[in-house]
Amino acid sequence: MANAAGVTIDEVLRVAELANLDLTSEEVPRMQRDLNAILGHIAELNELDTTGVPAMSQVGEMLGTAAELTGASLRVDAVQPSLNRAAVMASAPESDGRFFKVPKVIER
Amino acid sequence: MSLGSMTIDLIRTAVASGATTATAVAEQHYAKIAAEDGPDGKNIHSFLALSKDRALAQAAKIDAMVAKGDALPVLVGVPVGIKDVLTMVGSPATAGSKILQGYMPPYDATVVQRLEAAGAVILGKMNCDEFAMGSSNENSAYGPVLNPWALDRVPGGSSGGSAAAVAAGFCVASLGTDTGGSIRQPAAFCGVVGMLPTYGRISRYGLIAFASSLDRVGPFATNVRDAATMLGVLAGKDVLDATSSERPVGDYVGALEKPVGGLRIGVPAEYFGDGLDPEIRAAIEKAIDGLHASGCEVKQISLPHTKYAIPTYYVIATAEASANLSRFDGVRFGLRAGEAKTLSAMYRETRDQGFGAEVKRRILLGTYALSAGYYDAYYRKAQQVRTLLTRDFLAAFSEVDAIVAPVTPTPAFKLGAKTDDPVQMYLEDIYSVAASLAGICGISVPCGDTAAGLPMGVQVMGRHFDEETMLRVALAIETAQ
Repeated sequence: MANAAGVTIDEVLRVAELANLDLTSEEVPRMQRDLNAILGHIAELNELDTTGVPAMSQVGEMLGTAAELTGASLRVDAVQPSLNRAAVMASAPESDGRFFKVPKVIER
Repeated sequence: MSLGSMTIDLIRTAVASGATTATAVAEQHYAKIAAEDGPDGKNIHSFLALSKDRALAQAAKIDAMVAKGDALPVLVGVPVGIKDVLTMVGSPATAGSKILQGYMPPYDATVVQRLEAAGAVILGKMNCDEFAMGSSNENSAYGPVLNPWALDRVPGGSSGGSAAAVAAGFCVASLGTDTGGSIRQPAAFCGVVGMLPTYGRISRYGLIAFASSLDRVGPFATNVRDAATMLGVLAGKDVLDATSSERPVGDYVGALEKPVGGLRIGVPAEYFGDGLDPEIRAAIEKAIDGLHASGCEVKQISLPHTKYAIPTYYVIATAEASANLSRFDGVRFGLRAGEAKTLSAMYRETRDQGFGAEVKRRILLGTYALSAGYYDAYYRKAQQVRTLLTRDFLAAFSEVDAIVAPVTPTPAFKLGAKTDDPVQMYLEDIYSVAASLAGICGISVPCGDTAAGLPMGVQVMGRHFDEETMLRVALAIETAQ
């Protein structure tokens, strides 16, 4: 596909940064090897001419029936009961019961 | 009562008649799980958590209904298990991942509420590949599941625990999820029935998402009739899942009464290539001959884009996973890495510690496919090929009423056999991913054992929302065994 030379170490590190993943020094070359193996297989898609073929993002688009039958309908915009706040906050690693607490966001 | 040969109808009849109680049935199954599922038994490891308090309260409720002479629902007293990617209040939800260790979800999945409303007793949460990513259950952060038929072999994945537990008689039915084959493949490996309903047929509210345009919930059972019963309970619109369909729910058990004579069965040439194990090929050909003998018209068909299904799937599924799994960041639930000084470092350290290798690999692949400069070459290209794969099925279903094919290229493989080579592991899904991408329904039905005693499965695929025809064909195959 776009890069016949394959994914470089720098690209693995850049993608890991985009994905908020810290990779260990052992993981980086292994991920590079695996990504290149998988992308090599994915490159078979280039055998197909898809000019003019619409992109499919949901199954319902292909069925040509009413949206509600294919699960594409929207609910009525009305106030509904929601989850109990105390139960939700109890799952948080750190909370004051009202808010999620996190480490400092901006260094001053 | 002999566990392992139980069916939904037998349990319901026994509980309704007073021959046994829902409580006794639950206790018997818990005793079997205690004896066989753990390290002191066969170490099958199909359950990650037992939900005894909730199960015994539900069983007591059922027994009180029986005592009062109330009308009894269809799954009355039936012991079931659910894959640990579904939420249930009172039990931890891990998705097979360290990043959710200890997470107690604050709400029930809709399918959990539907099962209990139908009288089922949910025994616990089943082991699975981490975030449902895998074909062998070896990606569970809590250790693998063993195949009950051959303890040195995998049960398949990602719903390996759900399949193994039904095969071992730990529960009568179970729920799994299928994104690229994760119900049908373990069903084939474990010798049980596993159904992928049409996309939109069953609510996914309370399912921890992997790839949202593909993820589906579906049942495992010991026989086709029970799978039909389960589907009838689970199917239907849910206001909490905008992607669930309003299409009326069928009479799936009633449909089984109709004979299959006159149905047109398609046999796709692309599913019978060189990689197919000869014993599986012979078993499927025998099943097709049986359908012919029952009056079906058997037609050779072509699904010409089949070979592109795996590469298409691994772009779309990983792209969607990279977005879905961004929510696991140490803020709202689950693991948070220790002493990070900044928010950004906390995200990265949490995700590094919490995710296993396969999950990281897929997040990286998906992020790469969606990143600037590669989006059109990978993601958009895969979406276009997904259209071609779906058109293959729509064209085929204008000529045939159901498609019969293998589920897997081989029977269950040995633990560790494919863990070092992700591409080899991905190719395990070669006969299952196309139906996932197209959104059609599919089912794996046992079709005999290999000479070495390993179960084999045959796949029946049906039109969108035509589970009735698919189930009729599946029953005819089962009956002919």
